[in-house]
Amino acid sequence: MHRTRTIAAWIFLAPALTAITAFFVGPVLAALVLSFTDFDIYTIADSSNLRWLGLEQYRILLRDPLFWRALQNTLTFVVAGGSLTVVVALGAALAIWGAARKVQAFLRTVYFLPVVTTIVAAAVVWRAWYHPRVGLLNVALRWAGLPAIDWLGNPRWAMLAIIVFSVWKNFGFHMVIFLAALQSIPHQLYEAAAIDGASRWQQFRHVTLPMLRPALSFVVLITVIGSFQLFAEPYVMTQGGPANATLSLVLLMYRNGFQWWNVGYGAAVAWVLFALLVVVTLTLSRLRLRRR
Amino acid sequence: MQAQRPAEQRWWWVLVAGITLGSALGCHRAVEPSPALRVWAMGKEAEYLSTRIHGRMIGGYRVEVQRLPWSAAHEKLLTAFVAGTLPDVVQLGSTWLPEFVAVGAVECTSIDQSVIDDFFPGAVEGNLVNNRWCGAPWYVDTRVLFYRRDLLARAGFPLPPQTWDQWRHAMRRIRQLGPEHYGLLAPLDEWHLLVALAFQAGAELLRDRDQYGNFQSPEFRRAFSFYVSLFHEGLVPFEGQGQVANVYQDFAAGLFTFYVTGPWNLGEFRRRLPGELQNEWATAVLPMPELGSPSVSVMGGASLAVTTSSDKRDAARELISYLLSPEELTHLYHATGDLPARRSAWRHIGDADPLRLTAFRTQLEHARSTPKIPEWERIAGLLLRYTELAVRKHLPVDTALALLDAETDRVLAKRRWLLQRTPTQP
Repeated sequence: MHRTRTIAAWIFLAPALTAITAFFVGPVLAALVLSFTDFDIYTIADSSNLRWLGLEQYRILLRDPLFWRALQNTLTFVVAGGSLTVVVALGAALAIWGAARKVQAFLRTVYFLPVVTTIVAAAVVWRAWYHPRVGLLNVALRWAGLPAIDWLGNPRWAMLAIIVFSVWKNFGFHMVIFLAALQSIPHQLYEAAAIDGASRWQQFRHVTLPMLRPALSFVVLITVIGSFQLFAEPYVMTQGGPANATLSLVLLMYRNGFQWWNVGYGAAVAWVLFALLVVVTLTLSRLRLRRR
Repeated sequence: MQAQRPAEQRWWWVLVAGITLGSALGCHRAVEPSPALRVWAMGKEAEYLSTRIHGRMIGGYRVEVQRLPWSAAHEKLLTAFVAGTLPDVVQLGSTWLPEFVAVGAVECTSIDQSVIDDFFPGAVEGNLVNNRWCGAPWYVDTRVLFYRRDLLARAGFPLPPQTWDQWRHAMRRIRQLGPEHYGLLAPLDEWHLLVALAFQAGAELLRDRDQYGNFQSPEFRRAFSFYVSLFHEGLVPFEGQGQVANVYQDFAAGLFTFYVTGPWNLGEFRRRLPGELQNEWATAVLPMPELGSPSVSVMGGASLAVTTSSDKRDAARELISYLLSPEELTHLYHATGDLPARRSAWRHIGDADPLRLTAFRTQLEHARSTPKIPEWERIAGLLLRYTELAVRKHLPVDTALALLDAETDRVLAKRRWLLQRTPTQP
């Protein structure tokens, strides 16, 4: 009887497993093999033009200034953009939570809207916002007597511009998660804290935050993973420029793999990104376990 | 304990099995040879072909035109080649041809000198790979100087500049007209003007059969320094004012007087500039390093090629020679503004905008194609990167050029290996 159930379970799993093997495990392993070769446009012409590079490929990658630039940009985006997204999402959730029920539904919808808009359309609108002469931001700056900034054209500001856009685009999703978690905190805890004479800050610090921890760690994890995969924003808004200030690892991979058909090199970039993500994710979940 | 499964859940099994079986069978459906002569084209040329030849009978086959967007065409064509589903005739951007020849996707034939004499030399150069004729130049483009006559006159110049020194001088004077008047628009994501200047200075971008970068040569250095100095002198808007929202509005507003661009903008300028400016913009050949040498620019455009996978090559060739007849090229020009690659077709198109076309006609005689190797797009990317670094003063000119050469050499490593193995290739 136990065996029939096991067989049934495998049969039920089979479609999913087949799909995962065919569309995930297979390609990932193929990419690993490819990343040790110099598969490129010449290889498509004649497979004897393929050379096995082995780890030399990764040595080439580590000597590529563009790779380090992309890594640095990506980490900046993960740290600055990621934490800003979490803070803004939490702040928005707390603000809405305190609001009246009708207002709450309205605000929730408004803040969630950017999440459901098409990123390309939103990026086009934001590009107009950022325009050095006619953009609204610079009109405001000039009105305040400050010099205008070429947000997307100046290497010093471009990453910040991308981060602000990305925070706006993404925080709504995490806000909803925080909001759901906030609403599930039992009232009694706050009543008890109030009776004990806890101030609002103390209530937040010792009731709200601990109760939010599962949601918080989920949001942080999702944000970090998402931020490492930064692609669409720079792809649409800056193409990685100016002076590679917004070149991300995924954009570097895309350029190599799909624009220049340097498939081997692109696969190596993908694997470095994958390894980075595995390490970061494991570290984060370790931290989470230890706290428990 | 017997697992109870309600009867209505059983249909799930049927569905799953059906889908699996169906998709398995679907994969095995044989690809039938198509009775149509298939053509893939891009952009407005695709629109033109759709209305002009789609559905016609050529060489006993019905012509079928498929439109691709330019932005995705390169990837789609390569993927189609790998999958073995390329059509019979493809339109290829001029810089793509070497790549499709290298992978063996397009058919190359021996040349008939009498046929190619009629084409512009730069177009022939771009379509000849290893002395074989791999694509037929369909239409051509090159970059010339577009300028505002009124602003130039206000700055004290009745005629467009002919030399680099005159050009720089004119830009300085234009700059004095006011803070919202710059000399030249030169977007940092376009390499064509810099390469045209390098060609004019006599530079070879690569050396030793395109195996190494040659950007530290005195000729290239001269062009590069001139180009970068225009930015450093503040004659080109790039920071604070650099992002151009609408070239036409900014040109009309007088933000810049010079713009180096291609024939597609003839129609756009006519359409989009306000009426009172229509007599105030003109075209001229690019200024030269010094008087006497011909003004050289970069050859662009597109070719039509027969694929090696085609089983209707005779019909495909017939279609191409039909599209390349002077009458058809004239028709193409009137429909799209594309400039004919054959000189004989130019006799019929001069009337539309004779003054402004003259600059193109002259410049096309001396337009050169960029290095014909698949790596060119990547090298152009490096060129943009180091130009930007020099323009922004992150690197001095000499360091930028040395690094550019070093990185170009790295990109060409595979090519050197291939040439060592089979010296006649690629």
